[in-house]
Amino acid sequence: MALLEIKDLHAKVGDREILKGISLTINPGEVHAIMGPNGSGKSTLAQVLAGRELYVVTGGEVIYQGKDLLAMSPEDRAREGIFLAFQYPVEIPGVSNMYFLKAALNTIRKHQGQEELDAIDFLNLVREKMKLMEMDQALLNRPVNTGFSGGEKKRNEIFQMAVLEPKLAILDETDSGLDIDALRAVAGGVNALRSPERSMIVVTHYQRLLNYIVPDFVHVLSQGRIVKSGGKELALELEESGYAGLGIEDDEEVATV
Amino acid sequence: MTAVSEQTGAWLEEFAKLPKAEPWIQELRERAYARFAELGFPTTHDEEWRFTNVAPIARSSFRSEPTYGKKRSAVPLDAEAHLGRYASFDQNAFVALNTAFLSDVTVRRVPAGTVLEEPIEITYETPEGAAAHPRTLILVGANAQCSIVETYKGDGAYFTNAVTEIVLGENAVVDHYKVQRESLEAFHVATMQVQVGRSANFSSHSIALGGALVRNDANAVLSEGSHATLNGLYIVNGTQHVDNHTVIDHAKPHATSHELYKGILDGTANAVFNGRIIVRKDAQKTDSKQTNKNLVLSDNAVIHTKPELQIHADDVRCTHGATIGQLDAESMFYLQSRGIGRKEARALLTHAFAQDIIDRVKVQSVKDDLERYLSEKLHEHAH
Repeated sequence: MALLEIKDLHAKVGDREILKGISLTINPGEVHAIMGPNGSGKSTLAQVLAGRELYVVTGGEVIYQGKDLLAMSPEDRAREGIFLAFQYPVEIPGVSNMYFLKAALNTIRKHQGQEELDAIDFLNLVREKMKLMEMDQALLNRPVNTGFSGGEKKRNEIFQMAVLEPKLAILDETDSGLDIDALRAVAGGVNALRSPERSMIVVTHYQRLLNYIVPDFVHVLSQGRIVKSGGKELALELEESGYAGLGIEDDEEVATV
Repeated sequence: MTAVSEQTGAWLEEFAKLPKAEPWIQELRERAYARFAELGFPTTHDEEWRFTNVAPIARSSFRSEPTYGKKRSAVPLDAEAHLGRYASFDQNAFVALNTAFLSDVTVRRVPAGTVLEEPIEITYETPEGAAAHPRTLILVGANAQCSIVETYKGDGAYFTNAVTEIVLGENAVVDHYKVQRESLEAFHVATMQVQVGRSANFSSHSIALGGALVRNDANAVLSEGSHATLNGLYIVNGTQHVDNHTVIDHAKPHATSHELYKGILDGTANAVFNGRIIVRKDAQKTDSKQTNKNLVLSDNAVIHTKPELQIHADDVRCTHGATIGQLDAESMFYLQSRGIGRKEARALLTHAFAQDIIDRVKVQSVKDDLERYLSEKLHEHAH
């Protein structure tokens, strides 16, 4: 059975329709890359799947593990194993990273019928995962993302993913703004989490990330629709000829330097 | 005027019933009562009381509660030089009323050069149905250091009208906490007047959690090279009303002041913050910063916030800022996207809003109590 089935999904923000009929099937263990120019709707798709209320679904359906995903609250989606690595992780002063992550993990474990972890077991788990992400343990005692560098924030997202062990991970432009060392660390963390039971949607603007996280499938999004799907070689094709080679122009006006 | 005399009339009866005190106290009381009778209770026409209507207090009839039990001594003789010298009853009817009903006074002295390891703890509990006028005088000598925790509490309906005077000698260091956990039916009016000596350092944390109708005045007068920190946290829900007025008087040069008041409002609660900073003519090199931040959790809660800068010197730095906001939608979604439920996320973010005030609390017992209270209260809200 497919893990996730998106059928003819339409969504808008305000009066603007952003997703105009997306269909996509993801099986357990598969890694799908979603590429596309700015404004094509890739981040919207990621946020809609995670349940962001800002976006209103106007048509279509999403079936996750046989259930109607769109009827679920964001927290229930997370408890059922969906994880969104944010493009722009939110700074939350006053809430410690450690407290936050323990609350998240234990809520999810409880929901899935597992025993909650005590402070010691949690700390051991966290230490192991921090090593994986080459992260400074001091970050744990700081407030969530507060005062983190761009790279630290992205590592923190993947670190959370490593701790929460989702069934479906959605990485929203996790590569944007990263230098090559941070990119390697983030990709290393993601690759360590690849497993036959875990599926991933990797949203990216650039092919670069896909050198490190090699996808099974690549989909190109333009103006709210998937215009081309293929294997990992499609990403290389895009790298050579650009989106223009597919007859796609940037969907948004971006300053050219 | 008729209204005023009607309202003050009931108090005259109570005043007449008071047993006579030593001559100097009796004289002070009578002067204060006369002034109270002239002033009457303030109304909302009075700028200082514009958003706080004390008519429910003026109309109420509580029996006078002259003593707080045997633990406190009567007024020590050597308090004469200080008592009533700082908290003026000339313009404030509640201070006048407190002074008129002066009986037992809590006096604490910290001799010069003494460093107290344990906080001075003063707790006032007003009995149901009573009007009490707790009076505190704390004299901290030169180079002395101490922490003070004032706690106010009670059950049912009553009226607490407190006045606290704190005097810091040269180079003294005082860390003060006022924990107001009155019952939700209580009226609480309080003035704290602080005289900060040369190069002394005073910090105060006013935690306002209880009370139906609350007015706090926190006033500090700064001498040369001294520093004052006035922090506050008010958490109101239901129909609670809390009004914080602060006055920091930079009377002399080179003094610094920092003020951070934060409020969490829910239900149909009302809050007022009025922060006045006075920089006198010769108070050059003053450095003053005032911030008031409010988290409004419901559509029906109201906050009035107003900075009031009166600057008469030219070489000074004074900044102020006020914010009124709701829970951040992005932060909510971030927490929810990690499996944390909506209500729990709301409680977490609300607690987080208060965190920087809690972090500044140095007395562990106060900090623990506050953390516990917040967790309980916020989760109550949540469920």
